[in-house]
Amino acid sequence: MALSENQTERRPRAPLAPWLKSILVTLSSIAVTMLGLLLITFIIGRVMPIDPVLSIAGERASKEVYEQVYYELGLDKPVIVQFFYYLSDVVRGDFGMSLLNARPVSEDIRRVFPATLELATLGVIMGIVLGVPLGVVAAVRRGSWIDQLARVVALVGYSMPIFWLGLMGLLVFYGILGWVGGPGRLGIFFEDIVPTRTGMILLDSALAGEWAVFRDAFSHIVLPASLLGYYSLAYISRMTRSFMLEQMSAEYVTTARVKGMSERAVIWGHAFRNIRVQLITVIALSYANLLEGSVLTEIIFSWPGIGSYITTALLSADMNAVLGGTVVVGLIFICLNIFSDLLYRVFDPRAK
Amino acid sequence: MSDATTWRAWLLTDAPTSRRHARLASFYKGWLSLRGNTMAMVGLGILVGLLLMALFAPYLAPHDWKAQDLGNRLQPLGSPGHVLGTDSLGRDILSRLIYGSRITLYIVTLVALIAPVAGLLVGTIAGYVGGWADVVLMRITDIFLAFPRLVLALAFVAALGAGIENAVLAISLTAWPPYARMARAETLTIRASDYISAIRLQGAGPIRIITRHIWPLCISSLIVRVTLDMAGIILAAAGLGFLGLGAQPPSPEWGAMISEGRRFILDHWWVATVPGLAIFTVSLAFNLLGDGLRDVLDPKDGGIE
Repeated sequence: MALSENQTERRPRAPLAPWLKSILVTLSSIAVTMLGLLLITFIIGRVMPIDPVLSIAGERASKEVYEQVYYELGLDKPVIVQFFYYLSDVVRGDFGMSLLNARPVSEDIRRVFPATLELATLGVIMGIVLGVPLGVVAAVRRGSWIDQLARVVALVGYSMPIFWLGLMGLLVFYGILGWVGGPGRLGIFFEDIVPTRTGMILLDSALAGEWAVFRDAFSHIVLPASLLGYYSLAYISRMTRSFMLEQMSAEYVTTARVKGMSERAVIWGHAFRNIRVQLITVIALSYANLLEGSVLTEIIFSWPGIGSYITTALLSADMNAVLGGTVVVGLIFICLNIFSDLLYRVFDPRAK
Repeated sequence: MSDATTWRAWLLTDAPTSRRHARLASFYKGWLSLRGNTMAMVGLGILVGLLLMALFAPYLAPHDWKAQDLGNRLQPLGSPGHVLGTDSLGRDILSRLIYGSRITLYIVTLVALIAPVAGLLVGTIAGYVGGWADVVLMRITDIFLAFPRLVLALAFVAALGAGIENAVLAISLTAWPPYARMARAETLTIRASDYISAIRLQGAGPIRIITRHIWPLCISSLIVRVTLDMAGIILAAAGLGFLGLGAQPPSPEWGAMISEGRRFILDHWWVATVPGLAIFTVSLAFNLLGDGLRDVLDPKDGGIE
């Protein structure tokens, strides 16, 4: 073994610096993953039993129109060329036209995406604010009632269908108690008051200084966001607990205690500092999962985000919209994964 | 000295006399330690109950699950003849729930057969063959892992068409990559061990080594993972059913039942509530059993969780 390592070092061509090599490897693996994602959506689009020509030209198109569309879509070309066309379209942000409203899919996605972003962001913030302290306390007081509570919270979160919990939430907090606004983003009297800037109503109404709208928007978002927050809380608290347990049993913790540090300083100053990078990875993953997990939540709460968009398109066989939405969600998912991976490498010297 | 104690002694022996004896003994010891875990036994009990319910559905169900009775629609809980009430077409919810357990078990069994086996195949081949095969297979695995699962399943069902079988296929397609990764990691450690070199020197071919000597060692961690994944699979299937992409009406699939009840949630809450509780109970049972199994079969992870 030692011999072969020496040989590599003596190679005439200067070896790449390790950091450069690792960046190149990461970049190429990102490229391959994204290519694979697009290949899968391309294949799904091909095996569809729906004739793309008929869905554009209409059922009663004449033979000439049919052939014209057929050639325009490039369907006479070999599959590999078609895939290349698809790639170059997607790279330019062109997902084709929606068959439902004859608008570009990319425009639709840009319109609905802020709603999902707003929901998932609020959800993940709730998950962090509640989940991290819960996990830390559960680990520090192992076996206490807080630990048991954290366990039950996680177990229920892993076992409960999110759409059902959402329905129950609507029933109790909207139907019976009347504490929150119903489905949708705004009450009917508040629509179209605030000009769209970011597309996130909480932000837009705050920027415009329309606090009545803000309050109404908040009463609508609080329930679905809490729902998503609960699921990320279950995951984040569980992971925090297991990271903290690992640290608390380490020898440096014992040393710190022996030299007389307060328990608070040991927990937050030493143990918690060491899990921050791992924690950010978990939070990034949980955020990615929320962006996806909001599909069912959006349906329950009639939230006009990307999940509702994909599902509506699906039920009306609008394949361009479905695949466009899938690609966008998939790309965000991949990017967040890469982000957490990179963060890990940059900040945690042990990851080498 | 009754018969039972000798059996027990035979099973708990430290010096097994045959391969079968050793296997039974280790199985029995695992069972004993699982039996000590109350929550795992609760989970197991619920699942056995579910199995019995599915088996004896025709005898247990008080009514025909598809018999409509429009005069008796949306009866509340505890109404005479309909303990759990009736749905919007006057069908008995309890009977539908009982028959629905068959669909749940059907989906879970199929996915549990397809996804781990596919993952095991891909993972062991990648790990054992190594080189280019490893790179290519693991890249494909990573691509599937990088995909958001529910959205991928949605896109697949969109392409294949709605229905239980396609839902199973879509869920399996999104569920296999973690198994492949796990099987590959196990294979890599096993491959380097001395006994594999020994049987290779005896002339065993790669297929024999993989099927007879590597797979059996991957099984226990695979079983734990499958049990813990079951809850997620049930939730995914229910989600697809809820969206109208899984089981089609009038099938009493639990997710589809919630979807039917959704329209009346504010006035007739039980129609959607009851099947949701059923889904929750079953996936909770799988989670409890999976936690217990992990402690028995995979003690190395037990300390952290």
